[in-house]
Amino acid sequence: MPWAAGRVNIGGMPEAAALPVEDPRPPRKLYRSSDGRWLGGVARGLAGHLGLPVIWVRLVFVGLFLADGLGALLYASFWFFVPLGVGGVAGQRPPSLVSTETSPDGRRRLVARKPDKGQIVALLLMVVVALVFVGNVNLGDGAKAYLFPTVLVGAGVALVWRQADNARRARWAEVGGRRRTLSLLRAGGGVLLVTAGATAIFVLQGSAAHLGSVLQAALAVLVGITLLAGPYLVRMTQDLSEERLMRIRAQERAEVAAHVHDSVLHTLTLIQRNAESPNEVRRLARAQERDLRAWLYKPEGTGKDEADEPDTLAEAVRRSAAEVEDKHGVPIEVVIVGDCPLDERIGAQMQAAREAMVNAAKYGGEGGAVQVYAEVEGKKVFVSVRDRGPGFDLDSIPADRMGVRESIIGRMERHGGTARLRAVPDGGTEVELEMERAEKTS
Amino acid sequence: MSDATETNEPLEPTGGSAGGRHVRVVLVDDHRMFRTGVQAEIGRTEETGVEVVGEAADVDQAVTVITATRPEVVLLDVHLPGGGGVEVLRRCAPLMSDAEQPVRFLALSVSDAAEDVIGVIRGGARGYVTKTITGTDLVNSVFRVQEGDAVFSPRLAGFVLDAFASTDAPPVDEDLDRLTQREREVLRLIARGYAYKEIAKQLFISVKTVESHVSAVLRKLQLSNRHELTRWATARRLV
Repeated sequence: MPWAAGRVNIGGMPEAAALPVEDPRPPRKLYRSSDGRWLGGVARGLAGHLGLPVIWVRLVFVGLFLADGLGALLYASFWFFVPLGVGGVAGQRPPSLVSTETSPDGRRRLVARKPDKGQIVALLLMVVVALVFVGNVNLGDGAKAYLFPTVLVGAGVALVWRQADNARRARWAEVGGRRRTLSLLRAGGGVLLVTAGATAIFVLQGSAAHLGSVLQAALAVLVGITLLAGPYLVRMTQDLSEERLMRIRAQERAEVAAHVHDSVLHTLTLIQRNAESPNEVRRLARAQERDLRAWLYKPEGTGKDEADEPDTLAEAVRRSAAEVEDKHGVPIEVVIVGDCPLDERIGAQMQAAREAMVNAAKYGGEGGAVQVYAEVEGKKVFVSVRDRGPGFDLDSIPADRMGVRESIIGRMERHGGTARLRAVPDGGTEVELEMERAEKTS
Repeated sequence: MSDATETNEPLEPTGGSAGGRHVRVVLVDDHRMFRTGVQAEIGRTEETGVEVVGEAADVDQAVTVITATRPEVVLLDVHLPGGGGVEVLRRCAPLMSDAEQPVRFLALSVSDAAEDVIGVIRGGARGYVTKTITGTDLVNSVFRVQEGDAVFSPRLAGFVLDAFASTDAPPVDEDLDRLTQREREVLRLIARGYAYKEIAKQLFISVKTVESHVSAVLRKLQLSNRHELTRWATARRLV
């Protein structure tokens, strides 16, 4: 099936496209690291980008910080301009709030971790060091007085900015709503700090007497701006979410189009090319129908690759039926009741069932569809394969045709099951296979 | 393709003459091409006994046409603009229970999804066949529905077995929530592709008895208010 490969890829596409973050090997682009960061993840992100140990980058920043606070300015601008991403250096990182882990399907996932105490300590330490450092530098009395309020404002800003980062990260990691109150608290704290710092600066300027009226004026201006800009902001958010919806829809449409193109159109072309051989046309159409059904009705998340070995009875039966159908061009109807994991015995039964399907398709295919029925009832697994062909008598089969005897009856009996061949009253043959499951595996 | 297996009397000769039987049918399907195809295949009244008295492409049209023509059997597509086949069934409910001249529905769809199948059956359809059915089998199914019997495809039988088996919860209503041993046997044979006649031979009962078992199962399927049925159907969107 040349088009099968295309189809399988499509099945995997939407997930990958929707979450570019999960791309296992993203192009090297500068991101701030959300893993194991101390402040904004700038140093870690840079280190990852440049391929240096984090500690070097951090030392450089500290060094630059000593040079008239250049480091702080640099760090702040990086924080401002560089988007947050997943990446940075791997390994030897302290346990962080969120980290990537490789899940069984080979994808990297963001996994929530407990917040780290060391991170908070580091933050505090940095503030203290900065205070001490600035205190030691001679800035002159005038400037020195503003120091404390400025630091307060800085801390508030840092708090709110990190908050924004967290919000973005939470979107990927879906860190639960429990954190909502915490984040509100943090935002409130940040605003409080900034307000306190700003107020302190006012007080220091000696305009404390007018503080009340200034605050009132500021409030009035704020309310005015909100009233003026509010409607626009609301509109903008609505437009934004609408646009996002449209984008999702467009993406879905593109996905469907890609599928139709890759498999359906391909099949139609093949059918036109094989128009003179009805068997081939039937086979192609049938295979396409099966594909399309699987694609349409398959529950999301179970889009397994065709190459995978089936691990349940239902999958194994469907797979065998599809293969026999493709090979022999005879439609096979499959009805399955219940399901169970495959074990060694059921595996043998599946092989026998497949053999029976091949026989039915070969010798009884002219009479119409082959009907396959599989049922799991407690520990018993029953499979029947029936065709509407001329039918045959087991005793009249020449001894050299070992197909049925060996591969169906013999195989079943070796594994402790039973196989029965019989003629259906009104024509056709039915093979009944019965097997007990080895053990309770569920 | 599922042809012979969908049928109830596959080997009964039907070609040539209608054998005196006659049924008035309305086709409801939103694909004109499909309606034309079905019409061409079963609509030759003198041969098949089927007279197509009306067609409809959506829910509103369907309700109007069915009310106006009062057919005996409606071939109903599951997916229709305006609410789907279930909506048609809901709005035609008074016609279905008409004692004098009931309108009976046979669902006909490409979909094999369990929720679609169980949905229309619980909506009141007397049977469910897929669009891959052959003309002869379809004609037979139509007459079977006209007589008030149920038409089960192998797949529908499989769904029903699965739905009634997939719970350990004690039944609320012993009569409706459980299949009898015999009914299970009959369903199992349908699922294995046996026609009613073959089932009768296999179980040493009459075709009429097979029919009454299937009708009983249909009744249980429609009336049982075990919510497992619906839940099962939605949970299992597999083909």
